[in-house]
Amino acid sequence: MSRYRLDPHDLDRLLERLQEGGRVLIGPRLRDGAIVLDRIRSTADLPRGLTTVTAPGRQHLLDRADDALFGYEVGPDAAKRWLHPPRVELWRARKDEGGELFFEGTDEPPKYAFIGLRACDLAAIGIQDAVFLRPGITDPTYAARRADVRIVAVQCGASAATCFCASMGTGPRVDRGADLTLTEVLDGEPHFVVEVGSEEGEALIEGLPVKPVASTAPEEAAARAAAHQERQMPGDVRASLLNALESPAWDDVAARCLACGNCTLVCPTCFCTTVEDTTTLAGDAVHARRWDTCFDQGFTDLHGHAVREGVAQRYRQWLTHKLSTWHDQFDTSGCVGCGRCITWCPAGIDLVEEARRIGGSG
Amino acid sequence: MARPRLGVFKLASCDGCQLTLLDCEDELLAVAGAVDIANFPEASRRIEPGPYDVALVEGSVTTPHDAERIQQIRAESRLLITIGACATAGGIQALRNLADVDTYVAQVYATPAYISTLATSTAIADHVKVDFELRGCPIDKGQLLELLTALLFGRQPTLPNHSVCLDCKLAGNVCVVVAHGTPCLGPVTHAGCGALCPGYTRGCFGCYGPSRGSNPTAQSDLLARQVPDESTIRRLWQGFTTADPVFAEQASRFTGGDGE
Repeated sequence: MSRYRLDPHDLDRLLERLQEGGRVLIGPRLRDGAIVLDRIRSTADLPRGLTTVTAPGRQHLLDRADDALFGYEVGPDAAKRWLHPPRVELWRARKDEGGELFFEGTDEPPKYAFIGLRACDLAAIGIQDAVFLRPGITDPTYAARRADVRIVAVQCGASAATCFCASMGTGPRVDRGADLTLTEVLDGEPHFVVEVGSEEGEALIEGLPVKPVASTAPEEAAARAAAHQERQMPGDVRASLLNALESPAWDDVAARCLACGNCTLVCPTCFCTTVEDTTTLAGDAVHARRWDTCFDQGFTDLHGHAVREGVAQRYRQWLTHKLSTWHDQFDTSGCVGCGRCITWCPAGIDLVEEARRIGGSG
Repeated sequence: MARPRLGVFKLASCDGCQLTLLDCEDELLAVAGAVDIANFPEASRRIEPGPYDVALVEGSVTTPHDAERIQQIRAESRLLITIGACATAGGIQALRNLADVDTYVAQVYATPAYISTLATSTAIADHVKVDFELRGCPIDKGQLLELLTALLFGRQPTLPNHSVCLDCKLAGNVCVVVAHGTPCLGPVTHAGCGALCPGYTRGCFGCYGPSRGSNPTAQSDLLARQVPDESTIRRLWQGFTTADPVFAEQASRFTGGDGE
């Protein structure tokens, strides 16, 4: 992979390049005391000099001693919010005066570019690709948004207390899925090391004021981030959970679980939706899809009755699908080790600890 | 399609929920054209007698007169829909259920003998059969329109009973519990407001009452870790839906703190 040096004051040139042709740029920005992903236009929109302090059920921001633009760990949002949107109209139908039905499709989505995604985020996109872009059963909503995206990843140089990507084999080193990868170097004269990961990435930096550089900063950053990670998913979790389906340990976590579904909603791979049909007063019908969660009792209704009535059953459904049966369905784990479900659980329930406890791993 | 006859009725309440109908603004003329508003004193002096196809009932039962009136409204209405926290849970005025109403009357009114009131404020469903409930203090305009539209087209309304957390995440709100440590009833509260309070970085105060199948005991345990003072937690549960049995059970766990 070719490596280049980019000065921080030239980063805006790259951001402009990413937005050429009307591409909508999504990146980190500060909102309501957290770093979310949202539309950005220039480096002025990026959170500057901030870091995250993270624990189960807790994430707050602190000032850094430097002007780092990417000096924090992942917040609640992932690329899922744009590639698999929270709510999307699939079609509308209307009747004319003669009673004939007319169907309209939805508008063309914008083209997206992302900046600031981490290794776990790229792995999550890979998993959603496996879910939504299966040969013969492609989801058109996802496919239309996923096609032709540009991704500028950021190499993590630190880990949050809830990160465990190293044990999932998904990070912290960015080694696939990005057009460009930035490593922010803050020692000495601040600069970015830019790694090119695709032909599209090569095109993105063509003509930008970058200089070839021999640097091991990306590997050093990844090694630092990996060294920070204390949480480790047990290697036998896929089998151990399926062997514990009737364990009383599910009741223990169910006593603490709010069944609010936040874990699934911040999870960058969880994809469950429901479909809602409504009508306008004028009689137009709207058929829309929105995120749903397996933690909602109503989500489990079959023939008007909840098949997973208790919280323990719903927690078991989530954990075993995420860590065990996802392999059977999609040839991969459903977990990328980003730790969002731990951080953004209001009750601070720790997926790794629960998997270890319920599965009986050491 | 025959225009259904609509009646809007009020018991003990602040009028905010029925005003939601007038707040429909852009859709108001379409609503007025689609239904025959036969009885809606807030909107028109023209009051036609029943029967009504649809009755929207706001407010709780707090007087002997209310208790009689709701029987009359029920008898005259094909579908009875309660709107708002007063009608569906007894409202904020159900705080009287926890106290001695005669003491209140003596403190507030110069001539208590003129006051005819019940000892409790209760939900409409405690008195008559209710066909559908719209929650909230006040109700949400979009939910009211969805319910009326569904009735007009003879379909099921799309009014999910999941928790506010799902709506927070749909909206992209930052979780106030995780980011700020704010006490928030969102995880156990029925959706419908579009996660309004957390959208302004405030905790949800549960005005829609309990969501389906959530875990209020775990919510109380979380609040106990967040808030040292038991009376603060108790008051959080004893808000606009204080008389809801699910919230009342949690409130009863917190007996300490000031005012005891």
